[in-house]
Amino acid sequence: MTDKNGFFDLSKTTVTRRTALKGLAAGAGLAMAPGFVRYSQAQSSAPIKIGFQSHRTGIGAAYGRWYEKTTAAAIKAINAAGGINGRQVEVIIEDDGTDPGRGAEVVGKFATQHKTDIVFGTLFSHVVIGSAPAAGEAKMPYFVVSEGHHVASTKLNRYVFQPGITDVKSQIKSMAPWIAANAGKKVTQIFPDFAFGYDHRDYLPPALKAQGAEVIAQIAIPPTESSFTKYFPQIPAETEVIYHVMVGPAVLTFVKELGEFYGSNRPQLFGFIDSLEAVDINSPGLEFLDGSHFWEGSPRYAQPDDTEAQKAYRAAVGIDDNGAAVGDPKDVSTAAHMFGCWETLYVVKKAMEDAGYKGPEDRAKLVEATEALKEFAEGPEHPQGPKTFNGKIHQCFGIQNISKVEGGKLKVVHKTKIEDGLYEAEGDYTTQAL
Amino acid sequence: MHFGPHLLLAALEGLVTSAVLALTALGLSLVFGVMRVVNVAHGEFFMLGAVLAWAITTAIGGHPALGFLAALVIAPLIVGAIALIAERLVLRRLNYNPEATIVATIGMLYIIQQLALTFYGPEARPVEPPFSYRILLPWFGYSGYKLSVIAASALLLIATWLVLTRTKIGLIMRATQYDSETAQAFGIPVGRVYGGVFALGAMLAAIAAVLIVPISQAHYLMGQDPLLLSFIVVIIGGLGSLRGTVVAAVLIGLSDGIISMFFSPTLAKIIATLLVAMVLVFRPQGLFGTASR
Repeated sequence: MTDKNGFFDLSKTTVTRRTALKGLAAGAGLAMAPGFVRYSQAQSSAPIKIGFQSHRTGIGAAYGRWYEKTTAAAIKAINAAGGINGRQVEVIIEDDGTDPGRGAEVVGKFATQHKTDIVFGTLFSHVVIGSAPAAGEAKMPYFVVSEGHHVASTKLNRYVFQPGITDVKSQIKSMAPWIAANAGKKVTQIFPDFAFGYDHRDYLPPALKAQGAEVIAQIAIPPTESSFTKYFPQIPAETEVIYHVMVGPAVLTFVKELGEFYGSNRPQLFGFIDSLEAVDINSPGLEFLDGSHFWEGSPRYAQPDDTEAQKAYRAAVGIDDNGAAVGDPKDVSTAAHMFGCWETLYVVKKAMEDAGYKGPEDRAKLVEATEALKEFAEGPEHPQGPKTFNGKIHQCFGIQNISKVEGGKLKVVHKTKIEDGLYEAEGDYTTQAL
Repeated sequence: MHFGPHLLLAALEGLVTSAVLALTALGLSLVFGVMRVVNVAHGEFFMLGAVLAWAITTAIGGHPALGFLAALVIAPLIVGAIALIAERLVLRRLNYNPEATIVATIGMLYIIQQLALTFYGPEARPVEPPFSYRILLPWFGYSGYKLSVIAASALLLIATWLVLTRTKIGLIMRATQYDSETAQAFGIPVGRVYGGVFALGAMLAAIAAVLIVPISQAHYLMGQDPLLLSFIVVIIGGLGSLRGTVVAAVLIGLSDGIISMFFSPTLAKIIATLLVAMVLVFRPQGLFGTASR
């Protein structure tokens, strides 16, 4: 609801001298309160402050909650091992409401009010795109775990990084050969009608074409849609594969209605697990997905060939073999994405150590140190797998998993290689002024 | 797909939307008609109905039909009780002042929504339909449950109409709607009628939500769309007119289904909003409303 008549516009009410004085007094009282300037004399021992822009409310809330859990686990591990440059790390969380406008406000709040060293977090691409200018203006390093191609497109600015999760363009490029070879050649795409969906709309057709397959229809669905049957007649009858990327709470309806529409006589399905993050794959109505394939950044279900690092990471975050919270099998995690929080924080640690980071005055040095990074080896700090990092486009590239729904679990059937997903850089952030 | 089956599917989808919309909008219309209160929190009562349906079906377990029937009875009662408490604690104390109640119900909207987020969480949770029969048409399959939603909604609308026109309670409500001061002079406990109507309005929204929740999951933000659409329906149909509300709900539901299938969902919303503007300009009392006295 918008406030067209300025009904709630507080600026319209006159501030009396008395309320102004009250406000001043309260402000002064706060400033004098003990602890307010505790660390101003002791820069070196003060904790490093990371502002965490979290989707606590809005359509991204399930992601936000698990991003917070993963972040808390990573910070705990980092602090237990001595922190960063000998200083403890403190995370300050602000809710962005999964809203771009609010996201930009939150970045501003971190810069001016909390005076954090960096800003970190957030998934939804429209929030990242909306917040990036605020980060650039405040010269605030902004590390996102968003998956979208917006960072690597070099259309944002020099202060925005995505070093913990591969972008969509690379994911699609690395998986297209598998789709063309194993699922089918005639593909219909269903995607959400906003930035994240557009990455899929724009990069899948050329990637498939290179493999001798083609996209025969593209169906954009508004992100707030709650009923989908009305879109299904647009799916051409000759479709061999439905490539679906849906986000938001209505995804169960989407799958269920697709099931009612097609019954057992369906085309192949290839989807991005984004649709079903935090959703139990055994929910009623999802039987329809049995035998279909999904992209997963990091597998939700424990796999037989999991590394020790992967096992340790799962234990630290507190998820069981089914990817649900330990002790609550109904609380399913966003495993395919949230590993990015863990890995990004270790990248921040590495870059801060390389830069000899002391405080906000070193932010430019931190940017340059991050850009100088080249590779992240698989291990406790990077449990999802090895990655390369392109400092010119501020984007990392890792392996992708293709998983099959089988017996109510997701089983990894194919892992891509880093080289499969590399593409020509579209620009160079390092030429921008700091 | 050919034009015929395509249109059939669009009409079916539209009718399901209409059925749920008619119930929800009827609640909103009733509250406005009798109490002259614009209940902005109406969509949240809808959401509460869905969330409670999830809680009840989960608690009961067993055959899905069992939990669903229990939810269909219990969820509206709880929502009605909450609405009654809200009416007693908030609206009555504001003397049903039209401006103040708008602001108060906006507050209620946020309180209910955030409480749902706190206690229910941000996930969308599914409720199993009482039966899952797939009707197989030559061109496509369709959910049997969706058809039963249309039937259930029609029955409930007829029941509401009978209560309003054939019973003493209905007479009292209509009398209060027509002229609350005179009604009071004739010994009608207007305060209690107001409480009852507010609860009834919320219950209608909750019933609509329980019916729809096996199709679209329970989520704490799900009240926004029904609220907006209900306002559109109520404005087009005429505030406080039962017949107008139902006709407008069918009109909006069907046009939404058909336009969004053949053109785009955005266009359907544009046309619905344009229709509201046209009605407000040329027939401010709505298609079936009576001019305000």
